[in-house]
Amino acid sequence: MGEQAVKNALHIENVTMQFGGVVSVNNLTLDVPEHKIIALIGPNGAGKTTAFNCITGVYQPTNGLIEFMGKPMVRNFPKGKILKNYLGENAGKYKDLPVIAPTPDEITFLGIARTFQNIRLWKSMTVFENVLTAKHMRAKQNVFSATFRGNLSEEKRMREETMALLSEQGLDEYKDELATSLPYGLQRRLEIARALATDPKLLLLDEPAAGMNPQETLELADFVRTIREKYDLTVFLIEHHMDLVMNISDYIYVIDFGSEIARGLPQEIQSNEKVIEAYLGVSDEK
Amino acid sequence: MTTTKKNNLPTILVIAGLLIFVIILENIRSVFPFLPQIFDPMSPLFTVLKKAAVYSLVAVSMNLLNGFTGLFSLGQAGFMLLGAYTYAILTVPAELKDQVYYLFGGCAFQFSFVDFFKGIFGATGVPGAISMVLGCLIALILAGCVAGFFAFLIGFPVLRLKSDYLAIATLGFAEILRAIFQWQRLGPITNGANMIKGFPTFSSFNITDGSGRVVLQLSTFVPFLITTVCVVIIVLLINSSYGRAFKSIRDDEIASEAMGIKLFSHKMLSFVISSFFAGVGGGLFAMYVANAQAKAFTSTMTYEILLIVVIGGIGSVSGSIIATFLYVACSEWWLRFLDSEQYIGGFKVPLLRNGFRMVVFSVVIMIIVLFFSKGIMGSREIDLNSLFVKKDKKKGQK
Repeated sequence: MGEQAVKNALHIENVTMQFGGVVSVNNLTLDVPEHKIIALIGPNGAGKTTAFNCITGVYQPTNGLIEFMGKPMVRNFPKGKILKNYLGENAGKYKDLPVIAPTPDEITFLGIARTFQNIRLWKSMTVFENVLTAKHMRAKQNVFSATFRGNLSEEKRMREETMALLSEQGLDEYKDELATSLPYGLQRRLEIARALATDPKLLLLDEPAAGMNPQETLELADFVRTIREKYDLTVFLIEHHMDLVMNISDYIYVIDFGSEIARGLPQEIQSNEKVIEAYLGVSDEK
Repeated sequence: MTTTKKNNLPTILVIAGLLIFVIILENIRSVFPFLPQIFDPMSPLFTVLKKAAVYSLVAVSMNLLNGFTGLFSLGQAGFMLLGAYTYAILTVPAELKDQVYYLFGGCAFQFSFVDFFKGIFGATGVPGAISMVLGCLIALILAGCVAGFFAFLIGFPVLRLKSDYLAIATLGFAEILRAIFQWQRLGPITNGANMIKGFPTFSSFNITDGSGRVVLQLSTFVPFLITTVCVVIIVLLINSSYGRAFKSIRDDEIASEAMGIKLFSHKMLSFVISSFFAGVGGGLFAMYVANAQAKAFTSTMTYEILLIVVIGGIGSVSGSIIATFLYVACSEWWLRFLDSEQYIGGFKVPLLRNGFRMVVFSVVIMIIVLFFSKGIMGSREIDLNSLFVKKDKKKGQK
């Protein structure tokens, strides 16, 4: 899979996700090279978010392997009753290898952070607390040192880093406001800031431009490029917004009904027959 | 919130002032005997204060779990029971054990912390007092530990459940515990369905002179002190990184997990800590009623505490404390007059008879729940630092 010259941050191999009799993601194989911005696009219900949920540990894929930074992170194969009803391919490929099923927090700890399609900020918390709480995972303290203030410098460091992150994102003036009281575009930006607070190597953005106006979308594209440079990130995003995708992606994968239908550079995708078909439908005269 | 250097001096002063105020309040009548009956240490005022101090610890511990972590658990009475029995069994003096456990031919467990320390320091005078205080303290901490340990054990199956299912499971756990502790077979340890008594209570902390006359009343101060220490620890926890993680779990579990917060271990942590303090509260409750009996720790007790938490505001420590004092004062004192026949001049007020208090009480509670569903404080807190007029955090007592 892929040339070994470029190091892959994320490598997905034969991933199939089947719910009952519905195959949401079918034999998906893709690579996300380091420091690149890669997009996964497809019409509604194509299985993009399901693919994301497989990567982030929300779902355990029915079959397949996901490698992160060259190490297997998720691996599964269909067995028992699931195997009997299995509709995907490569059922036996990973049979002899141990199943790896990390929880979402373990995956985040490895260095994959995500945002959500429908914004999921902690609603009773302020902007500042939202970012600060995301730093909890890497805080070097236990419950006793935290409660009895045994490690004040750690708390201070967390607060300073949070403040620095917020001012970089231009959110510092809202820091004491409730997260949910921000305008939509800023909430998206806050979600990204919160994801960055977990010190990720790979950032997964689930429809970051959903509900944004053209101006905000344009800003978002610059913003994503800036944070990639600044935090030395790899970005993998799902998007509906074609302008944004064509603008920022280095490489694009297109899926429909769970299966890959095309892959290529933005220009190639724009002129790809199958993609146009999937998005616009087939005309009757043909 | 963002400044790391916060001046906490006013808060410390207010809390210290409050504690000193309690000591003065319960001793004032021995200095000025002409003061009204209400300042007598036996008056309902002090009963209310003691009970409310105990209950506010349990309410705050329940709020930590239900309000801050969003785990709807109804096992509080069960953990209190564990705490009460642990405290009682560990502190009944050996010479009283045969008398307390006479139905079962003595206790299987002869050890008593109070005796243990008396053996080290001496049994009378100041050393005796130190032994008792130390023994009680260690027994209280162990009471919390036993409750916390049981929480840890049942946490594995129970914390995988969500909302109402969790409530049912924990409620069931509490009821099972109550039944087990009344089991005759366990009589040599739990004294069956009979009460355990004879252990040090709040009034054991009063300082007396040689003839047994009380020199300094401390029986209300002691529960206040222990509760204050525990509540301060809980507040420190809530304001720490872990407290923020708890709140994030309450707000959005999926987001918390995606941000690397280990859901299960944080829920477990909150559950164990909450149960620990419920256990300490149970020990204090045993001291308050001067006995430990499984019969007292019914689900009604859990509901009472849940009601306090709801009235005070889910997610507000100061709300819980204020609500506890109001609730206990109403149920134990202010609404007592409704239970007996009253005459205004020659006119007999209708309806007033035994039990009417509960009717009025229920109506008041219904009104609160219907029209003030956020409770007294909502999720806000009283910031003692920002108070110009130093109002007490526990203002509900007056």
